[in-house]
Amino acid sequence: MAAPLLQLNDVKTHYPVESGFLLRRQTGVVKAVDGVSLALAAGEVLGLVGESGCGKSTLARTILRLAPTTAGTVVLAGRNLTAAGAAELQAARRDLQMVFQDPYASLNPRMTVHATLAEPLRVHGVCPPAEVPARVAELMQLVGLAPRFMRKYPHEFSGGQRQRIAIARALALRPKLVIADEPVSALDVSIQAQILNLLSELVRKMGLTMIFIAHDLSVVKHISDRVAVMYLGKIVELGPAADVIERPRHPYTRALVSAIPVPDPGKERARQRIVLPGDPPSPLHPPAGCAFHPRCPFAQEKCRAAVPALAPAGPGHEVACVRLGEI
Amino acid sequence: MPLLEVTDLRTSFHTRNGVTRAVDGVSFAVEKGETLGIVGESGSGKSVTCYSLMGLIPQPPGRIEGGRALFDGLDLLRCPPAEARAIRGKRIAMIFQDPMTSLNPYLRVSQQLVEPLLIHGLCDAPEARRRALAMLEAVGLNDAPRRLDQYPHEFSGGMRQRVMIAMALITRPELLIADEPTTALDVTVQAQILELIKKLQREFGMAVIFITHDLGVVSGLCDRVQVMYAGRIVERAGTDALFRAPRHPYTRALQRSIPALQPKGAELFTIPGLPPDLSQPVAGCAFAPRCASAADRCRREPPVLAPAGPAHEHACLRVQAGEIP
Repeated sequence: MAAPLLQLNDVKTHYPVESGFLLRRQTGVVKAVDGVSLALAAGEVLGLVGESGCGKSTLARTILRLAPTTAGTVVLAGRNLTAAGAAELQAARRDLQMVFQDPYASLNPRMTVHATLAEPLRVHGVCPPAEVPARVAELMQLVGLAPRFMRKYPHEFSGGQRQRIAIARALALRPKLVIADEPVSALDVSIQAQILNLLSELVRKMGLTMIFIAHDLSVVKHISDRVAVMYLGKIVELGPAADVIERPRHPYTRALVSAIPVPDPGKERARQRIVLPGDPPSPLHPPAGCAFHPRCPFAQEKCRAAVPALAPAGPGHEVACVRLGEI
Repeated sequence: MPLLEVTDLRTSFHTRNGVTRAVDGVSFAVEKGETLGIVGESGSGKSVTCYSLMGLIPQPPGRIEGGRALFDGLDLLRCPPAEARAIRGKRIAMIFQDPMTSLNPYLRVSQQLVEPLLIHGLCDAPEARRRALAMLEAVGLNDAPRRLDQYPHEFSGGMRQRVMIAMALITRPELLIADEPTTALDVTVQAQILELIKKLQREFGMAVIFITHDLGVVSGLCDRVQVMYAGRIVERAGTDALFRAPRHPYTRALQRSIPALQPKGAELFTIPGLPPDLSQPVAGCAFAPRCASAADRCRREPPVLAPAGPAHEHACLRVQAGEIP
């Protein structure tokens, strides 16, 4: 494999928890992201899945340096983002864009589509001012919107169309890496399919590299080359999308896959569902050893003893479970 | 006689931008002990249908324009308010999507749980507290005696939904209306809540109306399903029949656009365009502008829900006429 486009080395994002009013002191630490290592090749789509609070969005924000990095490095195209100064970071952000979950909240209601899409072009001085309207029109066409709607405001568009605008904004600077944080979960099924098709097409056409964050495994399987499953700040399983979702190895991934209702009554009745007890634990007081052991149907004494590391479990497939060979 | 029989329900919202016909002539029946799924996208009228039955439509701007909803011989839409109140919250209960906004943050869980029992005069306060405790245990809350006097913010999302379910079922209702009760929850917690609803339904023998946009949830839970589009029912069938052989083009399109049912990497089937604006009168079939099989007739004649085989009905003119399979 050529040098990866994005390389994460043992990235940690910890937030201190303080209490007390006059004498504030640190009483704990939330390990939102706790030692994530990943390499992403150019043109690859990585699906990042996990339940709310598992740290998947914090990881995205850490890569973009919207959240502080406590330890480890994020390297994008040979440039260490964790050590970059303000000017270098500004330049790096041309290569690094994000699409957010809620297109109702992520677009400025007082800016027209033109203003929204022209801003990144202007800030980064991509083209002479005279060419901006043409570039905006081109971007709108790229995401399937008619350029004649350029002077309209976000409220005049439907949810799916707004998400198209948000995608166009992310693509304005021809970034190398796009992080899409739950880009379809706020949309209806029929609209979801439109946006998923658009994203796959853009990945193919523009050679984009993408991190696609979602909690819906069927969506992730559809769009991703590889999938990483997170639980309480750590990656517990990483591998080719079809392998991870059709033949999950980690007990957590198995439960996650089996929890998804299948839209087929015959299969739905026949299959054995693993219902996990309880809720994900608080990241403030993570369990000792494997963070999943209190909910895991296969947990043993040794699971409480040590934090399992990712170990190979097949071609390109890694799993963090000490009982991997036994279950 | 069915437990609930809704006939030609029409609910509109009168706003400055005109009259929005959110529910436009919906009829259905729910038998004792069965589970009916109502599926549709946002704005299809699935929630407004049930809100109308529960008297939860704000009036104005909402108005129930017509129809009947017979529950045990009593028309919920037209009977004196006192009689409707005696049924709602006692014999018909409802749970909502977001357990955070539907529990009162100022009141202890115990106070909210006993309220239906005391309001309907079903027992005295000490007995109500005993029943509340038993109910919390029935919905699988660990450490129920301690949890009983906590406030909603001390519970996680899944736990709050369990409290909501306990509250709804404490009067042993004959009908439970569940409006997207798992949409705000993680999949592993969703699985817990769905199993819980199934288990309690078996124990109490109640009927359930389950509103959702997720065809996957419906497939494992419901006996029958009705699909709504633009304020009308477009197809209704037993769950197996609906998934195996959907007849209406909208149901088919909806099924084909789910990523779970597509081969990986294939381009997903999409429905072009957007649902219609319900404040504009729709001539003919509301789905016609987005339908691949629409003919001129579809844009003129309003379709009618008609039987097409055993316990299977749909509202597509062209399928009914045998013009398309």
